[in-house]
Amino acid sequence: MIKVDRITKRFGSIVAVDGIEFEAKQGEVLGFLGPNGAGKSTTMKMLTCFLEPDSGTAEVAGFDIRKNPVEVRRRLGYVPENAPIYGDMTVRSFLRFVGDVRGMKGGALRNAIDRVVSLCTIDGVVNQTIETLSKGYKRRVGLAQALLHDPDVLILDEPTDGLDPNQKHHVREMIRGMGSEKCIVISTHILEEVDAVCSRAMIIGRGRLLADGTPAELKERGNGKLDDYFRKVTLEHQTKGGAA
Amino acid sequence: MNAATAVFKRELKGYFGTPLAYVFLVIFLVATLFWTFAGGLGEAPFFDARNASLRTLFSKLPWMFAFLGPAAAMRMWAEERRAGTVELLLTLPVTIRQAVLGKFLAGWAFLGIALLLTMSMVLTTAYLGDPDPGPIFTGYFGAFLLAGAYLAIGGFFSALTKNQLIALLLGGVFCVLFVLAGSPSVVKFFDGMGLDWIGSILESLSFLTNYESMQLGMLEFRNVFAILAITIGFVWATTVMLNETKAR
Repeated sequence: MIKVDRITKRFGSIVAVDGIEFEAKQGEVLGFLGPNGAGKSTTMKMLTCFLEPDSGTAEVAGFDIRKNPVEVRRRLGYVPENAPIYGDMTVRSFLRFVGDVRGMKGGALRNAIDRVVSLCTIDGVVNQTIETLSKGYKRRVGLAQALLHDPDVLILDEPTDGLDPNQKHHVREMIRGMGSEKCIVISTHILEEVDAVCSRAMIIGRGRLLADGTPAELKERGNGKLDDYFRKVTLEHQTKGGAA
Repeated sequence: MNAATAVFKRELKGYFGTPLAYVFLVIFLVATLFWTFAGGLGEAPFFDARNASLRTLFSKLPWMFAFLGPAAAMRMWAEERRAGTVELLLTLPVTIRQAVLGKFLAGWAFLGIALLLTMSMVLTTAYLGDPDPGPIFTGYFGAFLLAGAYLAIGGFFSALTKNQLIALLLGGVFCVLFVLAGSPSVVKFFDGMGLDWIGSILESLSFLTNYESMQLGMLEFRNVFAILAITIGFVWATTVMLNETKAR
């Protein structure tokens, strides 16, 4: 469902993403792991056609991100970092707006809103203005927005960042529950999250793909500890990069 | 529903969801009508003029919209970028062009409503005398066109900065420059330097010059074209600018 072909993005002299290449299939929950500034978010911004790659391309849900950005966006759900949403709207009017932009109508839109509202357990706040909600609720509204059209591909940038342990647990449960029928990419720098939700993990550092495998495989390489392996690959790469 | 229509609807509702828009609307109406009745810009006060026309109102509009246009536009992109919602909006199935157009048309509709609210003056004039409907129609039509041009300029500066206030100030300054461009002193200045051609280009772009004949009831293609060209130019520039600034 996602096929990334040597995608590269530069910001001035900094190479944020340096020729990353991978594929992800339906039923996979793929975790992007990496230190801050590793290029996780930039990669996601390119997959969601917010940024255009400098070179390379990717195919998402059968469409090329360069040639058919709007078709790609039609088929994916995206929660950007910090899940920005319009604070001045009520939850219901916000979801209706997203549905309008996605071309959903009448009864189908109403049903879709009902579905995501109960899925994300935001029933109690649908008529509240978004800026009055707690962080946990805001994040769930952000997630509801991304699920409204029941997309095949879901891209979540640090979906649990800044949430309390209970809220984290809830979001992870939701992701796990959807994992079998969709292709989900999540980014995180919390290693326990990989164990909790991902069926596959990729470690990214300095814009490059450093490791790729199931959480169990990666753990094995770190003699049973994902932390150790993570530190080993990312630090090793940093010193190498520093020397060059 | 078309994506641009959805954006238009949300934005137009958004105007009436914030108290700030009402504040601007009231300031605009009070100042415009006060100015009309008190006189200014080389014209007698409305009653003293003893003339059943809206000239005293129309002559104030290019100045008042230089304030209301950028005020209606300041939030447009600056706020989206500050709050990060631009990433949400532009990863929905909407192109930058559709999003810019939707927002622009919503702002234009808002300014159209502001203009409608000055139409009490039409009733006043009709009660006091027998005004010629031609100049009233062309005057309002021209004012609506001008409002769009000011909004487009303001929208461009809103895409340039994350700070609404800076967007308002820069937009306002540029709008005033477009008003003043054709004023006699500016044109004379360039004539004096032997650069008549600069003077005449500025004059042909000036909002004052282009609006002048419409206030008198004349609708000329070149005037409409000049204002529309500036509008379309700035709306286009907004999409280009936004492509550069959206991710910063």
